[in-house]
Amino acid sequence: MELNSFAQQLVQQLINGVSLGSIYSLIALGYTMVYGIIRLINFAHGDIYMLGAYVGFFCTSILGLSFFPALLAAMAVAAVTGIVIERLAYRPLRHAPKIAVLITAIGVSLLLEYGGILAVTPQPRTFPAVFPARIYTFGGIVVNSQQIVILAVALALMVLLTYIVQRTKIGRAMRAVSYDTDAARLMGINVDQVISFTFGIGSGLAAAAGVLVGIYYNSIDPLMGIMPGLKAFVAAVLGGIGIIPGAMLGGVIMGVVEALVSGFISSTFRDAAAFAILIAILLFKPSGLLGKNIREKV
Amino acid sequence: MLKVDTVNVYYGGIHAIKDVSLMVREGEIVTLIGANGAGKSTILRTISGLLNPKTGSVEFEGARLTGVPAQDIVKKGISQVPEGRRIFANLTVLENLELGAYIRSDAKEIREDIQKIYGRFPRLAERRAQLAGTLSGGEQQMLAMGRALMSRPKLLLLDEPSMGLAPLLVKEIFAIIREINAGGTTILLVEQNANMALSIAHQAYVLETGRITLAGTARELADSESVRKAYLGG
Ligand SMILES: Nc1ncnc2c1ncn2[C@@H]1O[C@H](COP(=O)(O)OP(=O)(O)OP(=O)(O)O)[C@@H](O)[C@H]1O
Ligand SMILES: [Mg+2]
Repeated sequence: MELNSFAQQLVQQLINGVSLGSIYSLIALGYTMVYGIIRLINFAHGDIYMLGAYVGFFCTSILGLSFFPALLAAMAVAAVTGIVIERLAYRPLRHAPKIAVLITAIGVSLLLEYGGILAVTPQPRTFPAVFPARIYTFGGIVVNSQQIVILAVALALMVLLTYIVQRTKIGRAMRAVSYDTDAARLMGINVDQVISFTFGIGSGLAAAAGVLVGIYYNSIDPLMGIMPGLKAFVAAVLGGIGIIPGAMLGGVIMGVVEALVSGFISSTFRDAAAFAILIAILLFKPSGLLGKNIREKV
Repeated sequence: MLKVDTVNVYYGGIHAIKDVSLMVREGEIVTLIGANGAGKSTILRTISGLLNPKTGSVEFEGARLTGVPAQDIVKKGISQVPEGRRIFANLTVLENLELGAYIRSDAKEIREDIQKIYGRFPRLAERRAQLAGTLSGGEQQMLAMGRALMSRPKLLLLDEPSMGLAPLLVKEIFAIIREINAGGTTILLVEQNANMALSIAHQAYVLETGRITLAGTARELADSESVRKAYLGG
């Protein structure tokens, strides 16, 4: 039946889209949290995701670790790297014009990409199959075990992040610094520490996304962070940059749109769709779906 | 307790504070009055470590504060209610108070102190779960004061607490300032409302374009011809 098979196809693409989108969400969170706290678009963020994928790769293929220890190792290495990058590259420019910091971020990004090529060769690597690839079918709809793992891990991390931001002392400090840095300092909050913590968390989430993508697509390379990094950035803008639930929502929407475009139109247009969304949001609601239409505070 | 000694502060090329010296003794209310742009907030921001003086020094209980980062100055016992309140509008009333206690880790006593703040400001208790940005101006001032008290300061810096408030509310706020002082907290009060400030202060300073031009007991200044003319409406 025509309609029935259309509905099936639709549900299938939604499932694919949500699992891909949850990966974008994880990356977008780092963009949005860093922006929220120091008003910087950290263009090196996509490359941290690549780094995470490589750490996951080496941990599983060479050290023979299983999935969860490899995931934790990748998150830890990326968190430390993110903190070091902020300390060395961004902190000295804390009072410099924004454009200087932005250019530095692009520089750091290129350093990671081409440093990565130098270190691990540009050759794509095959990510080992850390999970038995089971396929479940429910009335014509196919779900594989990787998709389930991706969704479960992404969801767990987002719940954990929400808990940290909403319920812990450091989370309150993050929200305070993001709203008014000087007032936060008057509370006795060490702003530098909060910024480091934010970079650490954001980088850890991106690394988790990298490992998840590794097991999903099986293939990783040193430039793999560029496109997902851009799309996650669009996702963050779509949800409202600086707004944490916005990044989660934006990521899922991006994934779903991409899956629908590849499924129903053609996969050649899937990247174009991402940037069409960016243009549309900038035209019609620059503050993002969850953003309030207010002028940026000075 | 607090000694500001020939301090000079610049904003880039603007010389905002010129050779300012002042003293706050333990237990007192000291007020700093002056017109718009005189440099009152700049002095408080310098004491709190948000700005660094180019020359001169700030001493608190015998220790130098100059160069100490703002977050560590709070730990030494100086808390500020900044101009315009600067509450965290995107956080709840309770979360704002909890942030005021950021430097403390005695969870039980923090909870007790929050109850005390609710006792002093019953309006905050009713609105504890509300976003702070939805409070009225007077309530926000109360929240900012409650938040500053949560660090258990020895010295409380208040920057124009009466700004933008109805006269009745100003009276209430000043009564509370007196109470806080009676409870043992020393206060440095910056005001444009010289009348009210001089009525509750022990010592007073007048600041004009970055310089201290008059100093004395609050009574002396309230009686002085020039202050009456310039700040008390004749
Ligand atoms: N961030 C800044 N950059 C440059 N100049 C500043 C800055 N902040 C204040 N100034 C200038 O320094 C001087 C003192 O300002 P300050 O805010 O301390 O005055 P104030 O006495 O608190 O005034 P008000 O009663 O209006 O609050 C003013 O001339 C002001 O224009
Ligand atoms: Mg002022």
